Amino acid sequence: MKKEIIISGFGGQGVLSMGKILAYSGLMEDKEITWMPAYGPEQRGGTANVTVIVSDERISSPILSKYDVAIVLNQPSLDKFEPKVKPGGILIYDGYGVFNPPTRKDITIYRINAMDKAAEMKNAKVFNMIVLGGLLKVCPVVSTDGLKKALFKSLPERHHNLIPLNMEAVEEGMKIITQQ
Amino acid sequence: MAEQDVKLMKGNEAIAHAAIRCGADGYFGYPITPQSEIIETLAALKPWETTGMVVLQAESEVASINMIYGGAGAGKRVLTSSSSPGVALMQEGISYMAGAELPGVFVNVQRGGPGLGTIQPSQSDYFQATRGGGNGDYNVIVLAPSSVQEMADFVDLAFELAFKYRNPAMILSDGVIGQMMEKVVLPPQKPRRTEEEVRKECPWASMGRTADRNPNIITSLELKPEIMEERNLHLQEKYRQIRENEVRFETQQCEDADYIIVSFGSAARIGEKAVELARESGLKVGLFRPITLWPFPSKQLAELCKGKKGVLVSEINAGQMVQDVRLAINGALPVEHFGRLGGIVPDPEEIVKALKEKLVK
Repeated sequence: MKKEIIISGFGGQGVLSMGKILAYSGLMEDKEITWMPAYGPEQRGGTANVTVIVSDERISSPILSKYDVAIVLNQPSLDKFEPKVKPGGILIYDGYGVFNPPTRKDITIYRINAMDKAAEMKNAKVFNMIVLGGLLKVCPVVSTDGLKKALFKSLPERHHNLIPLNMEAVEEGMKIITQQ
Repeated sequence: MAEQDVKLMKGNEAIAHAAIRCGADGYFGYPITPQSEIIETLAALKPWETTGMVVLQAESEVASINMIYGGAGAGKRVLTSSSSPGVALMQEGISYMAGAELPGVFVNVQRGGPGLGTIQPSQSDYFQATRGGGNGDYNVIVLAPSSVQEMADFVDLAFELAFKYRNPAMILSDGVIGQMMEKVVLPPQKPRRTEEEVRKECPWASMGRTADRNPNIITSLELKPEIMEERNLHLQEKYRQIRENEVRFETQQCEDADYIIVSFGSAARIGEKAVELARESGLKVGLFRPITLWPFPSKQLAELCKGKKGVLVSEINAGQMVQDVRLAINGALPVEHFGRLGGIVPDPEEIVKALKEKLVK
C-alpha cells in the first residue's frame, strides 16, 4: 500500500497540521512517511499545501506531479490540483471554499461541508479534523485508533483535554462526506 | 524497528538532535530560512543543561564562523549552519580554517540564488562547496544527505572526518531535506570529550600550554614562500589521501541499466522516482548517487558507466555537478544535464521526459 496525498488550502486552515497528524498516525502504524510542506510565501498568507506519502515500502521522491488523493479547501487549490489527481484517484473538496465544483469524470469526487459543520460545532479550529475524518472514511490510509494514538503522541500534554473534541470532529467528518 | 526509538521530524531538527547526541561542544549560528529550525531546536532542547554543549546565536554569519575557528582551534567539536547567502559570508573563515588545518562542521541548507535569491530549495552551491569556496588551493569534505536519517547520521560522520584529517567538513543539504519530515532513528548519546581526551587526540590544539611542550600556533599566515609551498604540498598530500579513502556513493538498479541518472541530495530522491517511472515505461534506467561530493566518486562512476548508452545528470541548478561527471566519463559516452532554477524543484516526470528527449531520442 502506498498513498500519495496532497492537502491544499488557505494558510491558517490547518493544512500543515492536518498533514502532520496524518503523518504521525502513519508513524503509529509503522508505515514509511514523508511530509513535505510548501514552506515559502504560502506559509505567510495565500495558499498552503503539504504532500504526505504513507507507504508500506521505502518512499522515493517527496516531490510529486501526480497524486492518489487531493484534498482541496479553496478554489485556487482545486484549480491547481484537480488536473493532478491520477486517473482512478480521489478528490475531496470543502463545499464552502469551492464555488466552481470539480468536473473530472475519471476520478472519484467527494464533497465535505466541513466549514459548515465546524460552525455548527461552534469551533472553527476543528475544521481540519472534520476534513481528516472525511478522508479516513473514503480512503482509510490509517485507522482511527492510529489517529487517536498520534494525537496523544504529538500534542503536548496540556492539550490532551482537547483530544475527545478532535475525535468527535473526525467522526462528524466521516458522517458528512458525500460522493458528488 | 519496534524496539528502536523511531521519531518523526524535519531534517533540520534531526541535525540539531544529532549534534547534541554526537557530543558536540558548541553550536554558533545565525538564523536564516530554510534552516532556522536547527538553532530553534537546539534552543528548545537546552543541551547546556545536559551535556554542557554551548548554543549561541551570533550577531552574524561572519561572527559565527570566527567562533567556529576559535572553538576548533581549542580542539572542540563545534558546528554552524546556515543557508546559501549566509554560507557565502562564511567562506573567508572556512578558507582560514583549511589553511590552519582546523576541523569544523558546516551545514548548508541550500536555497536558490544568486544573491539573496529565494527561500525555496536549490542545489546551486555545488561549485562553492566542492571547489573550496574561498581563496587558495583547498578542499572541504562535502557530504550530501538525501534523507532525514542521513541528516542525523552525517553530523557525527562529518565530525569524525573533520578531526581525522584536520579539515573543515560540510553537510550540503537543501530546503527539501531540511523542511521535510521523515522517520528517523537518532544516534545514541555520546559523552562530550574530556579535556584530557582533547589533549591526547588533538596535540595541535591551542588549549593552554603545559610544561612538556612548545606553544601551539594556529594560523594560516606564512610569509616565507618556501615554507608556504611546503604547507600547500602537505595540504595537497592530505587531499590525495582523502580522495583515496573517503569516497562514498550509492547505486540503485544500475546492473542491467542502459541509462544512468546521476543525482545528489534531494534530487537523488526525485531521481529514484524517475527511475521507477522510466522502468514502468520500459526504459532500463539506474541511479548513481554520490554521497561525498568532494571527494567525487569519479573512478567508481566511470567504471559503472562502461557499456552504458548515456548519462543524465539531474540536479537543481544550471549544471554544476555535470562538470565532475563529464570529467569522470571523459567523453566515453554522452552526458546531458537537466535542472530547474530559482527555487523550482523538478518533478520525477520532467526528469524522465528530459532523459528521453536528450538521450533516448
